[in-house]
Amino acid sequence: MKDIVSVDHLRVEFATDGGPVVGVQDVSFTIAPGETLCVVGESGSGKSVTSLSLMRLVEFGGGTITKGSLNFVRADGSVLDVAAATPQVMRGVRGNEIGMIFQEPMTALNPVFTIERQLTDGLMLHKGLSQTQATARALDLLRSVRIPEPERRLKQYPHELSGGMRQRVVIAMAMACEPKLLIADEPTTALDVTIQAEILALINRLKRENGMAVLFITHDMAVVAQMADRVVVMYRGQIVETGTVSQIFENPREDYTKALLAAVPKLGGMKGKTAPERMRLIGDEAARAAVTVATPRKPRVLLEVRNLTTRFPVKGGILRRTVAQVHAVEDVSFTINVGETLALVGESGCGKSSCGRSILRLIEPASGQILINGKDIRALSRHDLRRARADMQMVFQDPFASLNPYRRLKAQVAEPMQNFGLASGAELEARVLDLFDRVRLPRDFMNRYPHELSGGQRQRVAIARALALNPKLIVADEAVSALDVSVQAQVLNLMMELQEDLGLSYLFISHDMAVVERVAHQVGVMYLGRIVEIGPRAAIFDNPSHAYTRSLLSAVPIADPTKRRFEGDLNFKPISSPIFPLGHQPAKSQYNQVAPGHFVLT
Amino acid sequence: MKRFLTTKGLIGIVLLGLIALIAIVGPMVIPPDAATAMDMHARRAPPGWAHLFGTDQLGRDMMFRVILGARTSLEIAVTAVVISVVLGLPLGLISGYFGGWIDNVLMRLVDTLLAFPALLLALTISAVLGPNIQNTIIAIGIAFTPFLARIIRGEALRVAQMPYVEAARASGTTDGMIMWRHILPNILPAVIVQGTISLAFAILAEAGLSFLGLGTQPPAASWGLMIQASRDQLDVAPWTAIVPGVAVALTVLGLNMFGDVLRDILDPRAK
Repeated sequence: MKDIVSVDHLRVEFATDGGPVVGVQDVSFTIAPGETLCVVGESGSGKSVTSLSLMRLVEFGGGTITKGSLNFVRADGSVLDVAAATPQVMRGVRGNEIGMIFQEPMTALNPVFTIERQLTDGLMLHKGLSQTQATARALDLLRSVRIPEPERRLKQYPHELSGGMRQRVVIAMAMACEPKLLIADEPTTALDVTIQAEILALINRLKRENGMAVLFITHDMAVVAQMADRVVVMYRGQIVETGTVSQIFENPREDYTKALLAAVPKLGGMKGKTAPERMRLIGDEAARAAVTVATPRKPRVLLEVRNLTTRFPVKGGILRRTVAQVHAVEDVSFTINVGETLALVGESGCGKSSCGRSILRLIEPASGQILINGKDIRALSRHDLRRARADMQMVFQDPFASLNPYRRLKAQVAEPMQNFGLASGAELEARVLDLFDRVRLPRDFMNRYPHELSGGQRQRVAIARALALNPKLIVADEAVSALDVSVQAQVLNLMMELQEDLGLSYLFISHDMAVVERVAHQVGVMYLGRIVEIGPRAAIFDNPSHAYTRSLLSAVPIADPTKRRFEGDLNFKPISSPIFPLGHQPAKSQYNQVAPGHFVLT
Repeated sequence: MKRFLTTKGLIGIVLLGLIALIAIVGPMVIPPDAATAMDMHARRAPPGWAHLFGTDQLGRDMMFRVILGARTSLEIAVTAVVISVVLGLPLGLISGYFGGWIDNVLMRLVDTLLAFPALLLALTISAVLGPNIQNTIIAIGIAFTPFLARIIRGEALRVAQMPYVEAARASGTTDGMIMWRHILPNILPAVIVQGTISLAFAILAEAGLSFLGLGTQPPAASWGLMIQASRDQLDVAPWTAIVPGVAVALTVLGLNMFGDVLRDILDPRAK
């Protein structure tokens, strides 16, 4: 079959103050009709630049196609070189013959237009349909992307829809003119795992039904394994390796591909192992021998949380009175042992972050007890709380926002120790040096500013800062979620190494089941502010006993192309609202013990 | 350091340096009565060899007046803006960082001040305190405070929600230290931008007050006073407006360019 797209020796340059910078070079690939080509790579690999070039949208970002051709077979059979097409021709191609789905469904939709208007605009422009014809077609489209109550959705605005529905609308828009090629640029990265599963299944079905070619851009090897027919691996603007999905996953030729695959935690990869285990990374000698994180023989309780409840007021009316409450954390109890990791998993809005912050009293819980080494955190005065927080530190998700851009790293790592007068002068300097060694950062980074570091390095600084006070517990709130896979694996290994050496306990908050399976001793699954299931890691993953845990696990993409999960249509139950009227008394959390230490919410 | 000396930065620094030099050295070189000496034979004389920038309706030399006026205008404007920053910075910072009822109380206070036109406020303060330069400065400074406080509050509110502030709080940094170490450096760019804009407005505000008899007292010269005096002779002697107007424009231009450079110097990311 003739290829619908053939990209030949593409080179894109960006003009900067320091001269031209090459975005991608010498990129060639083809896509056949009905085929999904996944372009995978870490940040800065040039995968998005490649996809934007195909739409000639790269010029709006300051890039120029300086070499190569991008041949696209149009609907009438003629071949168009996108690199040389005029803006007028491109306007007729974009959104008409090539559809595109973007990462962030909220920003891809115009907030002041109804869904109907968003869908019909393109139809009337490209297909010359009348208003009524376009509306009828829009309704068909919403049905084909399986949005519940499509008639009602037409009259709604984007903010009235959930994230998953919005992305379905974006897909409907992209599909509106029945494009020959669909470009999906990280279409599920901003979505929860169950919604991701639905969207991936939807793209697969639409591809099958319409015989469309799909160019799928992602950083996630697990998604590649689930979606791709063929794979292009990119690194620093160049293609590293091209092959069918089974070739890439089973017989990767290039070292970079092998390293990338080794860094991906596979769900189910920890079966039969009792304790967390560091990732085996290629080129990282220290971690070569798969070190098991030893669990202390006699478990001793460090943190005990009893019936923790946190609520946020919802203000409304002219007087900005509290009209309702978000029940962010609802009757949550758990314990963390010394030297162990409890992972809280769940989808966005389930209250896992609020739970972590409540424990440090960065937000004030409404009720419940937080006991660290028997000391009740909630009973402390402001002054005592400051001292008590030295035992509990936090690592945040966004490595770019968690360091002050105006201060040298040395000062930021030293700050906690200065706060408590733990060290000064040469001693302080020595301790900062020691901390930089601990997190494996070069000592000369001390005098740098955050912007001079990569995301992974910044996260190491954030960990060093958290370690400065010799805490017993670290709350890691999505601490590795914003990092590239290879960097994520390194930071995870570092965290496990520190746990082993220092006897740290972690409250590891994450949405990523595969990562959690790697690091956790205990796992708590959160849903609507409550822990629905909690127990030893093996129990949760091998014998998930709550319906929500099961659906969560079934939605996780597995980095193995032989285990495809998203062929048929999927529709998970949408998460209901955690907002309740004032004075609402929710039922207490009651648990059944299904196995020793393994509890399920009734 | 040399990367900061872009063409724009260089122009800004040279411009400001020249203006400052004129304002400081001018009064030492030029005889003090040069600005008030009247040449009745050459009233409203256009720029020429006898009077380089022309003369005003009383035959006073515009060049001398604009040079001697520089000092008055800049002194008033700079001091007034410094006062408004000194008052507005803690107001906005505390309001934005603590939020809650403190924010409500402080901001309603600021809103009350904002409800009056800045010039009217300055006029009232000036009228109460008495018409002299010192009081004019205080009046303009207070009148400009609410604008600064508002902008600083907004910025402080934004920065206070950053994870690095939360991390600092979690590691036992006191509120005062958080404001000093984390919030202040991050809102400084906004303060600099607003400060340089305020300077331009302060020069004009002084003009307004002077016109109403509350600022600089004639026959002393200030740029604002000169612009005000020119208003009814624009058709016959446009240079009487153009000369002080260009002086104000050049100063503001220089300040804005310099403000940009200053912001880049303070920002480690620009290095």
